[in-house]
Amino acid sequence: MSLARFRLSSRAAAASSLLPAFLVMLVVYIGSTGWTVWMSLTSSRMLPNNTFVGLRQYEILFSNDRWLTSVHNLVLFGLLFVAASLVLGFLLAVAIDQKVRAEDTLRSVFLYPYSMSFVVTGLVWQWLLNPTHGIQKLVRDWGFPEFAFDWIVRQDTVIYCLVLGGVWHAAGLVMAIMLAGLRGIDEDIWKAARVDGLPVWRVYLSIVIPMLGASFATAGVLLSTSVVRLYDLSVSMTNGGPGIASEVPAKFVMDHLFERQNIGLATAAATSMLVTVVSVVAPYLFWRVRKAGVR
Amino acid sequence: MSGVVAASTTLPSGAGGAPGRGPRPRRMTPARWGIYAFLLITALFFLLPLYVMIATSLKTMDEVRMGNIIALPVNLTLEPWIKAWSSACTGLNCNGIRVGFFNSVKILLPSVFVSIIIGSLTGYALSFWRVRGATLLFAAMMSVAFIPYQIFIYPLVRVFAFLGLGQSLLTIVIVHTIFGLPTMTLLFRNYFASLPAELFKAARVDGAGFYQIYWRIMMPMATPMIVVAIILQVTGIWNDFILGLVFAGRENLPMTVQLNNIVNTTQGERAYNVDMAATMLTALLPLVVYFGSGRWFVRGIAAGAVKG
Amino acid sequence: MSLKSEVDIRGVSIRFGSVKVLEQLDLKIAPSEFLVLLGPSGCGKSTLLNAIAGLIDVSDGEIHIGGRNVTWDEPKDRGIAMVFQSYALYPRMSVRKNLSFGLEVAGTPRAEIDQRVGEAAAMLRLTELLDRKPAALSGGQRQRVAIGRALVRKAGVYLFDEPLSNLDAQLRAELRVEIKRLHARLGATMIYVTHDQIEALTLADRIAVMQGGVIQQLDTPRKIYREPVNRFVASFVGSPAMNFLPGRLESGEEPVFVTGEHRLEISDYAFLGAPKTCSATLGIRPEHVRAGATAGPGAITATVEMVEPMGADTLVWCRLANGTPVSLRHEADARLAPGDTLPVSFPADAISLFDDATGNRL
Repeated sequence: MSLARFRLSSRAAAASSLLPAFLVMLVVYIGSTGWTVWMSLTSSRMLPNNTFVGLRQYEILFSNDRWLTSVHNLVLFGLLFVAASLVLGFLLAVAIDQKVRAEDTLRSVFLYPYSMSFVVTGLVWQWLLNPTHGIQKLVRDWGFPEFAFDWIVRQDTVIYCLVLGGVWHAAGLVMAIMLAGLRGIDEDIWKAARVDGLPVWRVYLSIVIPMLGASFATAGVLLSTSVVRLYDLSVSMTNGGPGIASEVPAKFVMDHLFERQNIGLATAAATSMLVTVVSVVAPYLFWRVRKAGVR
Repeated sequence: MSGVVAASTTLPSGAGGAPGRGPRPRRMTPARWGIYAFLLITALFFLLPLYVMIATSLKTMDEVRMGNIIALPVNLTLEPWIKAWSSACTGLNCNGIRVGFFNSVKILLPSVFVSIIIGSLTGYALSFWRVRGATLLFAAMMSVAFIPYQIFIYPLVRVFAFLGLGQSLLTIVIVHTIFGLPTMTLLFRNYFASLPAELFKAARVDGAGFYQIYWRIMMPMATPMIVVAIILQVTGIWNDFILGLVFAGRENLPMTVQLNNIVNTTQGERAYNVDMAATMLTALLPLVVYFGSGRWFVRGIAAGAVKG
Repeated sequence: MSLKSEVDIRGVSIRFGSVKVLEQLDLKIAPSEFLVLLGPSGCGKSTLLNAIAGLIDVSDGEIHIGGRNVTWDEPKDRGIAMVFQSYALYPRMSVRKNLSFGLEVAGTPRAEIDQRVGEAAAMLRLTELLDRKPAALSGGQRQRVAIGRALVRKAGVYLFDEPLSNLDAQLRAELRVEIKRLHARLGATMIYVTHDQIEALTLADRIAVMQGGVIQQLDTPRKIYREPVNRFVASFVGSPAMNFLPGRLESGEEPVFVTGEHRLEISDYAFLGAPKTCSATLGIRPEHVRAGATAGPGAITATVEMVEPMGADTLVWCRLANGTPVSLRHEADARLAPGDTLPVSFPADAISLFDDATGNRL
């Protein structure tokens, strides 16, 4: 469909316009990833060197208390955060879909936290969860002197505080995705269900939820990727504390790259994160490509 | 969905007459009460932090210490805001968070502009011109968008050091462009691909070249996407923490980094009201964008969230 | 609820805000009757059907099904079953599950569910498809499943909302026959909405032609076709469309219809009331126009403009001397060409006269 006269100059222009993207892919995405993985196989400490040491850094990594705690924290955080956000987001979408009044206002209220930075989220929740001045004090003032809500300063419960902040931030996003999915359901199916005499909850359970598979997947993947990236929230809310009770892998990498200056260990940690992400995302992408191909 | 829970006419409920005639009386069933209750309680949960942020920032420290976290300020004062803006301590300097604000603006404007230009150009090229390997490039870009930044940080630091750019404004703008590329490209490529191909063919028959079509036909038509892209980039770049921390350099630290310093690195007693004022100041821009953009924000999520 | 319910619609009005869709509508449907609601889009036929089903509220009036006032009842308590234009099958369930789900939720015993599903599947030739999902079915198969889902409910009234509109012409013809057979076999009361007048004419025991929320004519297909009660009904039903000749009716000893220079004898026409002198339109269907040798005395001359061979016969488009277009049906092997003249006549027992002022039949 091209005119011969313009073929050469336009094709050259098109190719050249893709140069930045190409460069980025090559240097940043492929090159950096490659180099980071390579670094993880060397004995680099303060400065990168090329001494190959096999998987030694990984051995050190997986016997490192701080790293293991980070991973444990992240898994716990991840499961709770994704589950709670999906459930809450879905319930909010269903509730709003019931032709409630003030729908626009409600949607604004639930979605605005998603526009906030994680730093802001972490700091404001840190304040709310402050035992001396925050919710604990509030409820005690209301006449419950034994009320305890000092999760944020206790090692065994601080991770739940992160979950709280995370869900507050992300549930609105899930709601928006679910609402779009719900609105895409043919009106006639609701009518048929009504004629069939199905109670509303049954329709949601047996018919709607199975139809929302794609929405759940999209929301799930988005949430999962932000789980692995978790950094700002941990730094701002608790800075990994108390102790190392809210350490997360991303923070581990950053600390070891810049403060502790152990490049080998840091890159090993980063590569471990990469492997995790790939093992989750690759099947998802594969499934989407196959679905698109079948259609 | 049709009115499954309650009847759906617009006539007043229980409109007179005998039972069994006319519209069904619309009862507020327990289920409906439950739904409203659920929504109300959850809305309070979502609004609580915003309210507390604002309230605390308008109180004196005495009030903060004595009162409780949800009490309304008795002695309304803007002192904390003024302090946060001009004299809060971000590490060594005590020039307030306004430094961070202006840094963030300095970072934001060029980053948004460049990332949208390059993203839209790339999206345009990938959608119309069958350059060899274009689909592969696109698929690759979409796949790598999931990888956490930690993989790239150190090599990029080295590359910029090698290029003599180190930590600087230029560096951070380039970095934001790099990491914004997948989303921006996705946005524009999908949009351009949804435009009728005849448009493009007609322009070529008229003799327009690659960049002419881009600048004079495609971009003017892409206004909705540009709005969405601006919203996504402004929110994303303003809220960024980790990239600004690593690449911007000490003189250009963005507001989020400064904020964290103000709040989390204070010796002695913390001025919670100043902290909250500073937090509000940082949150102000995204909030304004959010509430001002209405449905566009949701469109942005829909467009950017559907990866590939 | 008996298997053949009568439906009684009394004074039903339906308004959406300030928009009046139906106003004080009365309609009685006898048990086992196949009633078609026919009309163009926006005439209120779907609204009426949804109201009978209980999916929307009526603003005024009552609906009785099987002798019971169901105006305030939920759809599931009305003894109805419904088939939708878009099939509305549950996408993630197999055909078997689609058919049985409503019964399961209602607590029907397993044995009875299996029996009803088996019956419906056999009647609609779905037995081999029972384990497939809707996505793996063709449009016609999906619609049969939708009908099957309605059948297993063993309702007193079956409601069809333009069920064949999404199908191509051939499938439409096939399923039309199936629905007719189904009605003959079950003898159930069926209310069927469509804008396709062929479906209406072939399926209905009676047709209610609707326009602007009002039933224009409620009659058997034959009467609607032969004796349309107003101009709208006459033009909506019948394909190719009825011819309309403008002119004047002159009453007197022998009423005469004047069009252009032609004075047409219409003494065999059955007037509804007393004939009166007024501006009127004469309507006649193409197949009733007599042409050529059969035109008889009193024929007027028409000039052939175009000839459309349609296989079984030929459609000839002519013009009268005063310019009025007339289309007529002719034998397939008639040798006619544009420019030929043809004598045509309009037998008075096959025409319809309409008052130009009201559009009503004279």
